[in-house]
Amino acid sequence: MDKVTIKIPRQLYEKIQLLVEDSGFSSPTEFITYVLRDLVGEQLKEKQAEKGAGDLTNDEIAAIKQRLRNLGYL
Amino acid sequence: MIRPHGGRLIDRHAKGEMREAMLAKANELPKIQVNERELADIEMIGCGAMSPLEGFMNRDDYLGVLNNMHLASGPVWTLPITLSVKPGDDRQYKTGDQIALVDQGAILAVMDVEDVYKVDHLTEAQKVYLTDDPAHPSVAFLQSLTDTYLGGPITVLNKVQHPDFNEFRLEPKETRVLFKAKGWNSIVAFQTRNPIHRAHEYLQKCALEQVDALLIHPLMGATKKGDIPGDVRMACYKALIDGYYAKERVAISIFPAAMRYAGPREAIFHALVRKNYGCTHFIVGRDHAGVGTYYGTYDAQYIFDNFTREEIDITPMMFEHSFFCNACGNMASIKTCPHGKEERVFLSGTKVREMLAAGQRPPVEFTRPEVADILMKFYQSEEA
Repeated sequence: MDKVTIKIPRQLYEKIQLLVEDSGFSSPTEFITYVLRDLVGEQLKEKQAEKGAGDLTNDEIAAIKQRLRNLGYL
Repeated sequence: MIRPHGGRLIDRHAKGEMREAMLAKANELPKIQVNERELADIEMIGCGAMSPLEGFMNRDDYLGVLNNMHLASGPVWTLPITLSVKPGDDRQYKTGDQIALVDQGAILAVMDVEDVYKVDHLTEAQKVYLTDDPAHPSVAFLQSLTDTYLGGPITVLNKVQHPDFNEFRLEPKETRVLFKAKGWNSIVAFQTRNPIHRAHEYLQKCALEQVDALLIHPLMGATKKGDIPGDVRMACYKALIDGYYAKERVAISIFPAAMRYAGPREAIFHALVRKNYGCTHFIVGRDHAGVGTYYGTYDAQYIFDNFTREEIDITPMMFEHSFFCNACGNMASIKTCPHGKEERVFLSGTKVREMLAAGQRPPVEFTRPEVADILMKFYQSEEA
């Protein structure tokens, strides 16, 4: 797999080294990849959910808002 | 905003030219007259309230729900959503058929049959309703069905028409837009098929203290004989909201589902479906969706322990039995009140009905006077 190098503060790296000991992760790199993958997945999920009402177009949302206004909800 | 169950809000409504073409073809298809429960299910599936379902369950989903409370594709699902061949219909349905689902002659939807399978109603009753007692309304309902089910996706061509409350009927995509427009990020849903007395008002307001808004979501699909009619309940809800709720923090909308009286399993179903409407929290009180003595008082809360938080995603808010305590001088629950039963204002359903029928208001600590007056009028009418 193609990889890139990312720089992080040494102090943080050393803390991660401590965490990794006896954790089941073979290296700080493996640990960081795991954590980032999890975080990125969550962020993407949230971004997708931001759409809220699914795949509605702007016109559809405007029509729904108009109905909600007519009914007194808005 | 919270993701729909299964990740995507389903929309099974045909539109435009496609709808016209399907309608023309549907007239020539074999027709199945749906029952009241299937009618509500078509409405719910069509608008995405039952996401991720796209139609009536095939055998794999049906068995997955009965045996493991999960769909074959993985998501949690606790109630079978099924279509039965009707008594006297001797057509030999097979995979690949198309059928029209109709109500009183009007075409509602077309179904692509993916599965034709036999079921054992006794097993279904025992697994879902935890009883095979025919006195249970849904066991009796199952006994009225044939043992052949049809599974497959549906396409809704004509929405189910309702004679009443259309101004309160919002689909999931509409409640989602509403919540977003209001700036509500956390919304607690309250399921009800009864008038709201002080105890339930207390649960709602306790929940509302922790979230942005409350959605009162009364079930208006088929209910059992003896339940209070929808128009009476709606009048009660409106009176209560007008007099006692912060209007900028509450919305009321109809929940079109049919009642199953499946207790714990229905509590999970009610929660998952409210997630599709955009709610982030769901109130689970005592004996949720119960009937008679078929379920333990808090079984509908314990069942949530069978699933991970990620699987359910919507947050259940569990509440103990609540009441007005004369010694405390306020509403409380067995969790917060140290006093004995003699201090607690509790009336059985039978007692309340007797009082109302006799034109006697229950104490204000039990029900709001405005609600009591509406119910008194109902119980003194011929309709009751």
